[in-house]
Amino acid sequence: MIQVIAFYLFSSIVIAAAAMVIFSRNPVHSVLWLIVAFFNAAGLMVLVGAEFIAMLLVIVYVGAVAVLFLFVVMMLDIDFAELRAGFMKNLPLGILLAIVLVCELILGLGAYQAGKVELGTPDGKAAITDQVPNIEAMGQLLYTKYVFLFEAAGLILLVAMIGAIVLTHRKTFSQRRQNIGQQVRRRPEESIRNEQPEVGQGVEI
Amino acid sequence: MNLASSLYFARPEIILSVAALALLMVAAWRSNASKLISMLSVAALVAAGVWSAHLMFSPSFELGGDAFDGLYRMDAFGSLSKLLIYSAAAISLIIAPRFLSNMGAMRGEYPVLVLFAVVGMGIMVSANDLLTLYIGLELNSLAAYVLASFARHDERSAEAGLKYFVLGALASGILLFGMSLIYGFAGSTDFTAIGKALSGEMGMGALFGVVFVLSGLAFKISAAPFHMWTPDVYEGAPTPVTAFFASAPKVAATALLIRVTITAFGDQTFVWQQIIMVVAIMSILIGAAGAIGQNNLKRLLAYSSINNIGFILIGLAAGTAEGVSAMLVYLAIYVAMTLGGFVCLMQLRNRDGSLREDMSDIAGLSQTRPALAAIFAIFMFSLAGIPPLFGFWGKVVVFNAAVAAGLLPLAVIGIAASVIGAFYYLKVVKVMYFDEAKDIIVVENDRSLIWTGALLAAFVSPLGYLLISPLGQLTDKAASALF
Repeated sequence: MIQVIAFYLFSSIVIAAAAMVIFSRNPVHSVLWLIVAFFNAAGLMVLVGAEFIAMLLVIVYVGAVAVLFLFVVMMLDIDFAELRAGFMKNLPLGILLAIVLVCELILGLGAYQAGKVELGTPDGKAAITDQVPNIEAMGQLLYTKYVFLFEAAGLILLVAMIGAIVLTHRKTFSQRRQNIGQQVRRRPEESIRNEQPEVGQGVEI
Repeated sequence: MNLASSLYFARPEIILSVAALALLMVAAWRSNASKLISMLSVAALVAAGVWSAHLMFSPSFELGGDAFDGLYRMDAFGSLSKLLIYSAAAISLIIAPRFLSNMGAMRGEYPVLVLFAVVGMGIMVSANDLLTLYIGLELNSLAAYVLASFARHDERSAEAGLKYFVLGALASGILLFGMSLIYGFAGSTDFTAIGKALSGEMGMGALFGVVFVLSGLAFKISAAPFHMWTPDVYEGAPTPVTAFFASAPKVAATALLIRVTITAFGDQTFVWQQIIMVVAIMSILIGAAGAIGQNNLKRLLAYSSINNIGFILIGLAAGTAEGVSAMLVYLAIYVAMTLGGFVCLMQLRNRDGSLREDMSDIAGLSQTRPALAAIFAIFMFSLAGIPPLFGFWGKVVVFNAAVAAGLLPLAVIGIAASVIGAFYYLKVVKVMYFDEAKDIIVVENDRSLIWTGALLAAFVSPLGYLLISPLGQLTDKAASALF
C-alpha cells in the first residue's frame, strides 16, 4: 500500500515539476524545478529497486549537471524575452519535431506489441543476483572482474585533466607576488639611479 | 587466471603507467626538465619493450594467456605489435624536444602524454573484449587530441586538435553503437564468445553491428572513406606529433582491427572481407589521387599514409595467417619509412629559422643539402615501392598473400594504383634534384634528427633485406598466435 502511495506521490511531483520547468518565466526557477524533478525521479528508481541509478541521478544530474546549468543560466546574460519572440517563427519546426517523436512512440509501442527481437543469450558473467543489493553487485564486478578497466578508466580521466591544464594553463606575468627574500636583499645601489637627461630626451625606466 | 599472473602479463602497461605518473610529478615540479623527462620516457619504453620481448620469446609463454578474466590477451601477436609501437613512440620522443623548444612549445607534459597514449595502444593490441578495446582506444585518442593542439599558440595546431576531437568523438560514437549492437546479438563482450555466437547465418542487426565497428576502426586507421580528418590534422599538428600519429597509433589500430576481425568475426570472413576489400581499394586510390595536387609536404605524407593503409588492408582482406604476417611486415617497414619522411621534413628551415614544409621549398635541395636530399629521396623511393629499397618487399609480401588467398583482382588493382602513387613520390624527388634552388635551407645541427634519419634510411635501404628472414619469422609467429 505504502509503495503505491509513494509511487503516485513521486510520479505526480515529477510531472508537475517537469511542467513547471517549461512554464516558469524565470530561467533560474526552471532549473530549480528541474532539480525537484530529478529528486523525485530518483525516488521512483528506489521504488523499483534500482538504487544505483537513483544515486547516479542525485549525484550526477543534481550534483553536477543541474548545478552547471544554474551557473550557466546565471552567468550568461540571456535575454529570454528576445528568445521567446522567435517562438512563432520556430513553431512549425517544433510541431514537426513533436510529430516525429509521437510517431517514434507509436512505432516503439507497436514493435513492443509484436514481440521482442531475437537477441543473444547473456553469458551470465554479469548476471544480477537477488541476494545482494545492486550497488554491492556492481561493486563486486567493478573491483574484481573489471578492475583492469576500472584503473584504465582512471588513467583516461587523468589524461583529460592533464590535457585541460596543458591547453589552458598559462603563466600570468601580471600577477605580482611578494618575494620577501628579494625585498630584504634589496639595496640602495640597485634601486636608485642618477640620470642626467639631455634637454628634450626622456628617461628610460 | 589469478591476479598475480594477470599482472605479470600486463607488466608492459603497468611499467609505462607508473613511469608516466612518476614523470608527471617531475614535470609538475621541475618546469625546465622536459628534455630529461623525454629521455626517461624513452627509458621506460625500452623497459616495457624488454618485458614484451620476454613475454614473446620465453618458451613458457609460447601459447600466450588470458589475463583479468579474459579481458586482456597476452600472445605473440600483441607482444610484437607492442614492440613496434614502443620503437615508433621512442623515435618520436627522441626527435621531438629540440624541435618543439624551437617552436616554444616544449613542456614536460609532452612525453607524459605520449606515454599515456602508448599505454592506451598497448591495451588496444591486447584487447580481448569490446570493453578493453574501447577503453584502450579512448585512452590513446584522448592523449592524441591534446598532443595535436600541443603548440597551442599556433592557430593551425589548435584547429587540428579541435577537428580531431570532434571527428574522433563521432567515430567513437559510431564504434560504440556497433559494439552495443554486437553485444545485444551475441550476448557477450568477449571476442571468443562473440566469435562463437556469431557463427552461422548472420542476422541483420549483428551485420549492422559489424559494419559500424569496422567503420569506427577504419576512422582510427584513417582508411578511406573515413580519412577526411587526416590531411588537416597532420598538417596542423606540430611535425613531431604528426610523425607520432602516422606511426604508433596506426600500428595499434591496425593490430586491433586484425584481432577483432580474426577473433571476434572469424566465422564471418565472407561478411567483413568484402568491406575490407572496398575500404582497401578506396584508400589506395584516394591516397594516390589525393596526394597529386598537394603542395604542402605534410599533407602529401598524410595522403601517403592513407595510401599505405590501403596496401596493409589488402593483407587483411586475404584473411589468412600469411596475410596477417604480411601486414605486420608491411607495418614495420611503413613505420620506418613514414617516420623517416617526417624526420627529413623537420630539418627544413630557411635562413631566418622558420620552418618550411612546402613543395617549392625543397626545390634544388640536392645542391644545398645533398645528404638530406639523398635520404629524403631514399624514403620517397621506398614509399613508392621501387625495387632495391625495402618498401618494395612490404608490397611484395602483401600482394603475395592476396594472390595466395585467391584475390588476384584485388592484387592487380593494388599494383596498378601503386603506379599512380609512385607519381607524386617521384615528383618530390624530381623537385629536389632537377629544379632550380629558390630558398636556401640552412644546416640543422640537431644530431638526434640526423642520426634517426640515417638509421631509418639504413633500415629501408637494401641493407634491410638482411632482416627479411628474422622479421618474417617473428611475424609468422605473431600471426599464428591468432589462428
